[in-house]
Order: sequence, then structure tokens, then C-alpha cells
Amino acid sequence: MITLVLAAIGSFCLLAIAGAAAGRAAVGRYGVYGGCAVLSLLSFGVGLSAIGNPAETLHLPLGIPWIGMHLRLDALSGFFLMLLGLGAAGASLFAIGYGAHEEAPQRVLPFYPLFLAGMHLVLIAADAFTFQFAWEAMSLASWALVLSQHRDPANAHAGFVYLIMAVFSGLAMLLGFVVMAGAQGGFTFEAMRAAHLPPVLAALVFVFALIGAGSKAGLVPLHVWLPLAHPAAPSHVSALMSGVMTKVALYGFIRVVFDLLGGVPWWAATLVLVLGGVTAVVGVLQALLARDIKQLLAFSTVENIGIIFVGLGLALAFRANGFATGAALAFTAALFHALNHTLFKSLLFFGAGAVLNATGTRDMEQLGGLIKRMPVVSAAMLAGCMAISALPPMNGFASEWLTFQAVLLRPELPQWGLKLMIPADGALLALAAALAAACFVRLFGVAFLGRPRSVMAAEAVEADRWTLAAMLGFAGLSLLTGLFPGVVIDLLGPVSQAVLGTRMPVQMTDPWLTTIPVEASRGSYNALLLFAFVALSGGLAAVVVKRLGHGGLRRAPAWDCGFPDPTPMTQYTGASFGQPIKRVYDGLGYVAHDRVDMPAPGDTRSARLISERSDLIWDYLYAPLGVAVGRIATILNVLQFLTIRRYLGFVFAALVVLLLALALWQ
Amino acid sequence: MRGISFDIAHMLAGFLVLASFLMLYQARLYALLHVLALHAFVLALSVAWQAHIQDAPHLYITAAIALGFKAMLIPWALRRIVVRLGVHREIEAVGGIGLTMLGGIALVALSLEVMLPVTAQTDPVAREDIALALSVVLIGLLMMVTRRNAVSQVVGFLSLENGIILAATGARGMPLVVEISVAFSVLVAFIVIGIFLFRIRERFDTIDVGALEQHRGGRQ
Amino acid sequence: MMADLAIQLVQMTLVLTLAPLLTGLVRKVKARLQRRIGPPLLQPYRDLRRLLGKEVVLAENASWLFSTAPYAIFACTWVAAALVPTFATGLMFSWSGDLIVIAALLGTARFIQALAGMDIGTAFGGIGASREVMIASLAEPAMIMIVFSVALIAGSTQLSVVAEHMLTAHVGLRVSLALALVALLIVALAENARIPADNPATHLELTMVHEAMVLEYSGRHLAMIELGVALKLLLYMSMIACIFFPPGLAGSHAAMPALVLGAAAWLAKLAVAGVALATFEMSIAKMRVFRLPNFVGGALMLGLLGVLLLFVSRGM
Repeated sequence: MITLVLAAIGSFCLLAIAGAAAGRAAVGRYGVYGGCAVLSLLSFGVGLSAIGNPAETLHLPLGIPWIGMHLRLDALSGFFLMLLGLGAAGASLFAIGYGAHEEAPQRVLPFYPLFLAGMHLVLIAADAFTFQFAWEAMSLASWALVLSQHRDPANAHAGFVYLIMAVFSGLAMLLGFVVMAGAQGGFTFEAMRAAHLPPVLAALVFVFALIGAGSKAGLVPLHVWLPLAHPAAPSHVSALMSGVMTKVALYGFIRVVFDLLGGVPWWAATLVLVLGGVTAVVGVLQALLARDIKQLLAFSTVENIGIIFVGLGLALAFRANGFATGAALAFTAALFHALNHTLFKSLLFFGAGAVLNATGTRDMEQLGGLIKRMPVVSAAMLAGCMAISALPPMNGFASEWLTFQAVLLRPELPQWGLKLMIPADGALLALAAALAAACFVRLFGVAFLGRPRSVMAAEAVEADRWTLAAMLGFAGLSLLTGLFPGVVIDLLGPVSQAVLGTRMPVQMTDPWLTTIPVEASRGSYNALLLFAFVALSGGLAAVVVKRLGHGGLRRAPAWDCGFPDPTPMTQYTGASFGQPIKRVYDGLGYVAHDRVDMPAPGDTRSARLISERSDLIWDYLYAPLGVAVGRIATILNVLQFLTIRRYLGFVFAALVVLLLALALWQ
Repeated sequence: MRGISFDIAHMLAGFLVLASFLMLYQARLYALLHVLALHAFVLALSVAWQAHIQDAPHLYITAAIALGFKAMLIPWALRRIVVRLGVHREIEAVGGIGLTMLGGIALVALSLEVMLPVTAQTDPVAREDIALALSVVLIGLLMMVTRRNAVSQVVGFLSLENGIILAATGARGMPLVVEISVAFSVLVAFIVIGIFLFRIRERFDTIDVGALEQHRGGRQ
Repeated sequence: MMADLAIQLVQMTLVLTLAPLLTGLVRKVKARLQRRIGPPLLQPYRDLRRLLGKEVVLAENASWLFSTAPYAIFACTWVAAALVPTFATGLMFSWSGDLIVIAALLGTARFIQALAGMDIGTAFGGIGASREVMIASLAEPAMIMIVFSVALIAGSTQLSVVAEHMLTAHVGLRVSLALALVALLIVALAENARIPADNPATHLELTMVHEAMVLEYSGRHLAMIELGVALKLLLYMSMIACIFFPPGLAGSHAAMPALVLGAAAWLAKLAVAGVALATFEMSIAKMRVFRLPNFVGGALMLGLLGVLLLFVSRGM
């Protein structure tokens, strides 16, 4: 099977060359995206079959001479490969239609398959060099995609920030591997797994992995690049970056921390729990206030990454205390949420892309009333919004519910940090879920409901069939995984077994396909039955009420408390919708400044309300860092204007110091 | 020995913590004074219950003092002061009410974490009572720190004192003399603060303690 | 099995038929307290019949979401109400959803309601939806914290198991349960749009939340929404009764007399709760919108405190 993945990676590279050759021709689009879709479906199948089968390894004499290239496909890789294949197949399908509107396809086509190839290679890499190479390839290809519309200064800035953070993340991962490999140079994962690191070094590796994978995934406070870079890319790439690349980063974290390190002490779990909870709330609050649809979705990705990290943190905490059942439950919940997020976030980005194509804008204040102009896109978006808001019967709720059940297990934990953080994280998750619902009411309500706020929105047309196929497919999958969570939980069983040594009980044998995470008396959930009940009683009510009552229906102008207004400008805008929440949560990650600019009497200028928001993380972490780098650079600037003799002197001194160090070391 | 007496003792201590949170929540002076009376009333109940289960009649006197002085006399007197001064009735909190309450929760968690292991050997009734009493004390301090208005600082101080009494009665065997002297010292402190309030008001026309800061020497 | 199914069906019918009566009772008691005669107890039924008899006047730019929403809201609320033990715990389908699911079903109803409020594109709908989600953003996590407190004590999120656990004597009095009760009362007031969070009787535009969202509804649509509102009030009262005041509740496999007793006890509890709600609403004023976050946020804090106590010390 692993050779199939390798073949897929090779074909992706060929497609990249073909894409570069095709240039602007439409055939390039069909060929590249169509090919990517087929290959992704293949890797979806390979991943699915790899979950249940024993691990496969492969050693190729490529790369660094005495190490070569080690590849391995086990249950964990298999799950993420499946997720990648699914997300990439949908994105490629969507891109066949979306790409028709691309201004410069030659800047996207070559890099898109390369990006996929890089992500594939990360998942099957089994030594530090291959992993690092693939990780950087993934970063660079996606960076090129972010810059595909580089003439927009905002995109150029996004690309710059992304590049810095990607390099930083790669460096942290590299350092982690170096520490793990140790002086003996055991760069294969097998050697790392076998090596037992002293606690201090293990802690160091954990911190490096958290920083490296966390910044790639978008963990606060390392998330700043994400809401800039994800929206800047073309929409199908945004979907891949948000829906899939963040998951590949999660894979990196799980691989290093759960598999290679084999468990971490409780303080590490507490750290993950704190960061996860904070990420979830900060991410969703920023999403609530965003105006650009794609940026809103990117911030919401940050939130979901937080939720997943909370699940992983719970698993680490339970594992550190030898509580296997809880660890399996929390781990399964986290991976389940990762799958769900891939499904609904890709779907939402497809929708944003469709809206962007139809109206030419990502600004929700320009939209409105799209539910009538784009009914199918709107319906699929509604499904996505409900799923991401964790509402039953969609899949977002199923994974959220499992995470809550994991919190509620409450084993006797001796550590005070966990005793305080686990309930606090429960509250933060609940807060994030409620805020997410508010956020997506705002998105859907402002952009798709109401009356159009601009000519572009009023004249929007329904998306093409490729887009619709991709969206409806993912909406259907979101519903199905929500209705049958047992299927996914059972699918994740072998993964949990391979990583943790335990798994959740088999669900599909339960009567009526009910989900029972621990035992029936502790709590159970049957989405299918509930959905049937709701649909049945709603339908019944509609029929009965129409029969019994008057049954008539008449269209008339909106009543609006007797103030009929002709202009759509009087509608609630996204900004006004978010204002109460902005005011209530002021200080949590941002500070809002509203001021009124009132002209003096007699002045004909119009009065203005200026509403600004400063990002505390940027202001207090990144801005000082930037200033410090600038200062140091100014100091070092002197070195640029030295004589050749002095430069030689520096080189010579460095050489002597190194030799001295070597001498002392021995 | 989990009995109903144990539960009621906890319950009353828990109510005291709840009353402390109500104080943090209140943004109006009159309502705050009502909560102060409630706070002292719960304390009186709690002390009386302790007297009952410990079979210590002198604690009834403590309860009576709490009821008479703190639940009735002091809130009434404070109310008169507020009326006489015509104080602005909304209390300004430093950092908002939500954050203050969050801080209160953190303090409760902290005191539980600190007290439960330390008192592991003692009587289980006293154990959690003392932890809760410490949180009442800490919330009282938090109240004094985060409120700008002098009257609410007095209220914070009084609730702090209630916490001390709760801890003392839970611990079995505080002599009556100590309790009475504590009660009197509070009374004296109250009188001093009351006079102090009038003096500030005369001088600066406000009882926002922020105003005092501007008149401190040596800050330039 | 058959008995459970029968109980389930009886309960679903009962909640549906009794909900308007409860609303009528609250209104009546309120009116009496204001020294008015007030509408008759059965007025809500008459209102429903009147609304059903009228044709729907739909705004010109209303989409399919607007006219589907009332049924979806009603169905979610009804299914949620069917999962709460009212007079007996032996509900046939109680295992299909636990307390978290009940909270989430109500969340779905609110989500759809808020969207429907924004569908017409009027300012009032937007005001209502925006405020509703602002309140919900605090009330929902508070509800989850209450669920946590209860579930940690009972060892289950399943409401029928919780109720049976609460019926046993060894629960005792607990600090965390007291905190959860206070928090739940606040959440119930906020979620049901009662004073001090919202005023169900108001039509003063700038103060209303729930009414602003349903402003454009008429005819049978409005009837469904009104029925949903009444059901939700009944649901919350039954939930508070079954968790915190379970005596009288018939256990699973209960015989007929126990069931009748359970029904009587439930009706009595509802009546008491209705009178208490009316009295409370009479004695307090509606809050300013921006005082509400403190009020509902207080519930969240209390809930969190309760859960924290349970994690730190099993005795609380």
C-alpha cells in the first residue's frame, strides 16, 4: 500500500510539471485538478485500509547517504492520510469550477500538486530528515500559493508573516528532532521511539513540538499568520490550508508527543489544556468581529484547533495518570473533531469561494439576500454553519459531546493543575461553542439572509456544478458523520489502539446505533433517532397546522413595527450585530476603541463613529519582538561597513573559538 | 461521618461564599448593603449551627452578635451614611464585574487547593469549612482592592471579618472573649471609618478614594 | 417496554397540552398581583386557535428559511421536552439524548430563531438576533456548567438516571448543587425571555429581544412559535423540578398509583413554579441590556465554581 502513496506523490510532482507547462490553458485546469482529485481519492482509500491493517515500512536509498529515506504507513498515518485524501479530493473538485475565475492560473497550478505531495510525504515519513524535508516542502508550496495574488499589498504582507512563522515552526521541529536523536544520531523514528530520554530532554522535545506543530496549526499565541495567510490564498487552497494542513500539523504533534516521546508528565498536559482553551475562545471572538468572510473562517479554524488541542490535552492528562479509558475517549474525540473540522471548514471555504466568484467580494457588509440568488450554495452553507456551531444532528456536536463526556469522567487526579484546568476547559469549550453559534448566525444572517446590500450581491448567480458537487458532498458527509458517529468512533478504534494501547468500546453493535462512550448509565446519544423525531414532529406539525387552521398565505411588504423602509441600508450590519458581543468580551484578546467624530456646529462634514480594535497578542508579543529585532539589527548594522581585513578577522576568530570549544569538549 | 449535620454546615459555608459573590456582583450601593446584611445573616445561621453540632452554647452568643450587629445595626448605619452623604449609587469596579468574579473563582480554587491538603488530618467538618472561610476572606480583600468607592471598601472589610469568624467557629474552641473583642474591634473600626467617610466627603466632595491619591505628598 | 412507550407518549401529549395553561397561569397570577382581573387561564389556547384561523402574511422577501423555521423551532423544543422526566423517569427514549443534548436542541432552536429574525432584513430582527446570541453566548456555557455539576454528582448526564439518583437519600445537601440551582434559575429566566432579562409582554421596540425576532411572524407560524415558547417554559420548570425537587417523581417500572401520584406532584410543582415566577417578575424591574452580561455571566461563574468544587473535593 505504501508504494501506492509513493506513486501518488510521484504523480503529484508530474502534475506540477504539467501544470507549469499548461500555463493559462483551460485544459491545464481540468487536467491538474482532475488528476489531483483522482489521486486524492486513491490516497483516501489507501488511508482507510491502512487504519485496520498492520504498519508497513519501506526503506529507500534516497536522500542523505547513510540514512536514506524511511517511510512508514501505520494506523495514525492512515487516518490522517484518509483525512488528507478526503479534503484534497473535495478541494480539487471544487477547484475545477473555481479555477475558471482564476486570473493567473499559472501561479497556482504548479504549486497546488506540490503542496499535496508535501503533505502526503509528511504523513508517511519515518525519519527526521524526510519529515523535515516534507514539512518544509509543504510550507513553501503553500507560501507560493498564498502569494499567487501578490500584487495586493495585504497578500504580500500575509506572505511575509507566513514565511517567517513557517521558518520558525520548521526550526522548532528541527530542534526537537535534534534533541531526540541525541549525540548518537538516531534519526529514524524507530530509534527515537526506542530511546528513553531523560526527563529534562523529553520536556525540551515536548516544548519544541508544541511550538513547531502548534504554530503550524494555529495555536494561540502563534496563530497570527493564520488569519492573514489562509484568506489570501485562492479559496480551494484556503480550504486545504484550514481544513487539511492544520491537521497535518496536528499529526506532527501527535506523532512526536504521543508516539515518539510516549507520554509526557502532567504539567505538559496542563500546558496543552491551557493553550487549547485560550485558543478556542480567542479564536472565536476574533472570528465574531471579522468582516472578511474568509478571515472569519480562518479565525474559526484557530478556534477549532483549540478544541482539538483540548481533547489532546485531556488525553495526555489521563494518560499521565494511567487512566486508559479516559485517554482513549479524549483522543478519539480530538481526532473525530479533526475529521469534522476538515469536512465543514472545507465546505465553508468552498461557500466563501463561490460567493467571492459570484459577487467579487469577501466583505460581508456588501452581501445579503444570497439565499434567493444562490439557493443551493446557501443551503450547503447553512449545513456547514450548523455543523461548526456544534448543533445536533450535525457532526460538530458529536465530537463536542464526546469531549464533554471525557471531561465528565473526572478520575481521581492528584495534580492540582489538572484539577483546576479540566473544569475550566469544560467552561471554555462551552463558551467557545456558544460564541461559535453567535459567529455563524452573524455570518449566515448577514451574508445570506436579509436584503442585498450592494449591486453585486443583488445580481449574484448560482455557482457552477463542480462547486455545487463539492459543497453538497461535504454537507452530506457532515450530516452523515453526525448521524452515525459510531462509524467514525469505530474507525478511530485501531488508531487509538496503536497510539495509546487502548480504544473506545465498539459502537456499531449497540442497539439502535446509539453512541455510548463509556457505559449506558453514564450517558448516551442517538443522533439518528433524534433527527428522525425532530423531522417527524416538525413535518407533522406543519401538516396538521395547515389542515386545522386557515391554511392561507399572502405576501405583503414587511411590517417592521410600522416603519416600512425602502433601503437595505437600515438592516443590521455585521458590525452592528457583533457590537454587543464586542462590548461584553472587551479585553479578552482584544481591546475595542469606539470614538465619535462629531463635527462642530456649522460644519457640513458628516459625523462618524470610528470603531477600532487592537489585538493584544500582536501589540504585546509580536510588536515588541519586531521592535527588538529592529534594534538589534541597527546595532549589528555597523558590521556591514567593515574593511575586508576585519571581516577576515571575524572569520578567523570564529574558527579559533570553535576549535577551542572542540578541544575543551574533549 | 457524612451526616446531615455535616452537609448543613457545608451548605451554610457555601452560602456564605455565594453571598460574597453576590457582593462582587452588585453594582448598586443599597443592594450591596442588603447583601451585606444577608452575608451576616448567613454567618449567624452558620455559627448557630456550629453551636448546635459542637454543643457549644457560647457560640450562640457569637451568632447573636453577628445577627444583631452585623446583619442589622451596621447595614442600617451604613445605609444612613449613604443617605446622608447622598453618595452616587453606582459602584465603579476596577476591571469590570465579570473579571472580578473570575478572580473570585480563582481565589476560591486557590484557597481550596491550599487548605484541603494542609488540614487533611483535622476534623472533616472543619476541613472544608476552613477552606471556604479562607475564600470568603480572600474575596473580601478582592472587593476592597477592586472597588473605588469607600463605602464598598468598608463592606468588603466587614465581609472579610465574617470569613474570619466562620473559620474560628469551625475550628472548635475559640474563646468567647476573643470573639467579643473581635466584634468590638470591628465596631470601633466601623465607627472610625464612618467618621473618616464624613471627613473625606467634607474635604473632597466625593468618597471615591481615587480622589485621595491626588492629595498624597511625595508623588511628584 | 410497552409501559415505557405509553409513558413517553402520555408525557409528549401532556407537555404539549399543558404548556399554554402554564403560560396562562403565570399571566393570570401576574395580573392578579397587579390588581387586574387579567385574561382567563385558558386565554393562551384561545390565542393559538385565533392565530391558526388567520392566514399567514409573509413579508415579500422572506425566504424558505423563514417559513420553515417555526416548525423546526417547535419540533426541537418539543423533542427536548419529551426527554425531560416530568411525572415518571421511565421514558422510552430517554437514552437517545442526555442533558447536554437537551441543551443543544434548545441551542438549535435558538440558532434557527435568530436566523429567521435576520431573514426579512429589517432593523428590529437584527437587534433581536444580535442580543439573543449575546445573551446565549453566556447562558449556554452556564447551562453546560450546571449540567456538569449535576452529572458529576449523579455520575451520569442522562436525565432519568440523574433524577433517580437525586431521589435517593444519600445525595444530601451539597454546596455545588446549591450553586447549580441558583445558576439554573438565572439561566431559565434568561432563556425564557422573562424579566429581568427580557419582557415577554413588551412591544417597546428598543427593549425587546425575543419579540423583536418574531416581529414579522403571523398566523399559524406565529402560533407555532408561541407554542414553542410555552413549551420551553414548561421544559425548564420540569427540568428544575426533576433535578432539584424530585420527590413524587415515579421511578422506572412504577405502578399505576405511583404514576398518578407523580403526575399530581408534577402539576403541583408546576403550579408553585408558575406562581413563584409571576411573583418574582412582579417584584423586579427589567435590566438594561448591558447589565445582562453581568447577570447571566454571574450564572456562568456560579456554575463554574460548582464544577470546580466538585473537582477539588468530593464532599461538596
